[in-house]
Amino acid sequence: MENLLKKTCLHDLHVELGAKMSPFAGYDMPILYSSIIDEHNAVRQAAGVFDVSHMGEIFVSGPQAEAFVSHVFTNDVRGMEPGRILYGMMLYPDGGTVDDLLVYKETEADHYLLVVNAANIATDYAWLLEQAEGFDVKVDNRSDDWGQIAVQGPEAEKFVCGTLGFPEAAALGFYTFCDCCRDGKRVIVSRTGYTGEDGFEIYAAPGQVRAYWQALLDAGVKPCGLGCRDTLRFEAGLPLYGDELTAEISPVMAGLGMFCKLDKPEFVGKDALVAQKAEGVARKLVGIELSDNAVPRAGYPVELEDGLPVGVVTTGYHSITLDKSICFAMVDSAYAALGTPLWIRIRKRVFPGVVVKKRFYQTKYKK
Amino acid sequence: MSKIADGLLYSESHEWVKVDGNVAIIGVSDFAQAEMGDITYVELPDVDDDVTAGEDFGALESVKTSSELIAPVSGKVVARNDALEDQPELINEDAYAAWIIKVEMSDESELDALLNAADYAKTIE
Repeated sequence: MENLLKKTCLHDLHVELGAKMSPFAGYDMPILYSSIIDEHNAVRQAAGVFDVSHMGEIFVSGPQAEAFVSHVFTNDVRGMEPGRILYGMMLYPDGGTVDDLLVYKETEADHYLLVVNAANIATDYAWLLEQAEGFDVKVDNRSDDWGQIAVQGPEAEKFVCGTLGFPEAAALGFYTFCDCCRDGKRVIVSRTGYTGEDGFEIYAAPGQVRAYWQALLDAGVKPCGLGCRDTLRFEAGLPLYGDELTAEISPVMAGLGMFCKLDKPEFVGKDALVAQKAEGVARKLVGIELSDNAVPRAGYPVELEDGLPVGVVTTGYHSITLDKSICFAMVDSAYAALGTPLWIRIRKRVFPGVVVKKRFYQTKYKK
Repeated sequence: MSKIADGLLYSESHEWVKVDGNVAIIGVSDFAQAEMGDITYVELPDVDDDVTAGEDFGALESVKTSSELIAPVSGKVVARNDALEDQPELINEDAYAAWIIKVEMSDESELDALLNAADYAKTIE
């Protein structure tokens, strides 16, 4: 079984560090090195580095690249300036989500980079090829050629500019990137992340990624696993495909309508979203805060006081930063308003909670 | 390598039992705490609750997972370690010092079904 799992370019270094490894999205990935709590706190308070080489890189180019990306992507890429990045989704015609992704507008005209979830690379690539019919574009899945690390935390800039030697990163605003060239190879440095903190994501060839990883560890940056990647993104109110976005969950249901530009003439899934906005959706994603320390987990039922089931938990933790039990849950829209009391069944007992904003933690992005 | 304390009895679900007369002092093994990682919450039964061998009497929560605590013996809860409510990490620090509950056994022959330290060691190899 283990032999069927893919390995990132940093895999042997994780094993050497004694990481607890586990399958994720078809890769054998580090879940934690020392402790999820310590790694989580390092990112909130100083800096941590993640191996995110499993993420997918799909390049789109050609005379109709803008029209094509605009067709498959919910956000508005028309007239996007080179060096800018947009977050959004690809949708099925019924509004269900194919994936959520980042679109990078490259310096070269008619060139875009789509960064997609590891678990969805094959699906996304097939979807893009299918949708590309009739467009004069080239869709190129280069996921295996690129490694990627995320350097996240209030001290990330210091390490990316200094330790890694990318002084140009200091001038980057949130959701912008620069193209760098090192040893004749392309390196992309973007001010993005999945933690709610300031930070950078660096895309490079595997050999360079290994050198950057080692340099950061030598400089004292904490290696961080997927365990705290999930606790961090969750506190910051960020969805995970598979939990808060799926083929059955549209961005409108997930509360991500702001990333879907319904004033665009068209995109796949637009009509469905327009209808969902007009008619309302049956279920909505909410945040729930419990008054007890018991931990709501994915799949646990959400109920009314009388025991009537009205939803299900999608992600839940005892928040490391906030020291309280919180979760995302998909609930009947009638019970989605802020302040609504809801109960969560945890094993044999039921614990009271209240609907709160999904952004549990005040994010600290550099504007 | 996880520690296995001699002189205790163990269940295959990783609880340990220290026998003190007709009272069973119950905790979880070092292997169990290491597998779970940072423990953030311990769900305890109340004193005077009845527990049944093979059935859950509470749970441990770590950041990532929850794990039910399975009673190795049947009986009445006569004490619970309330310190774990505020300091669940005591289990991570020393799993054999951080007892969870004490049970007045109703059937001491249930102890015969538990493993000694050497046999428990084989189950986690």
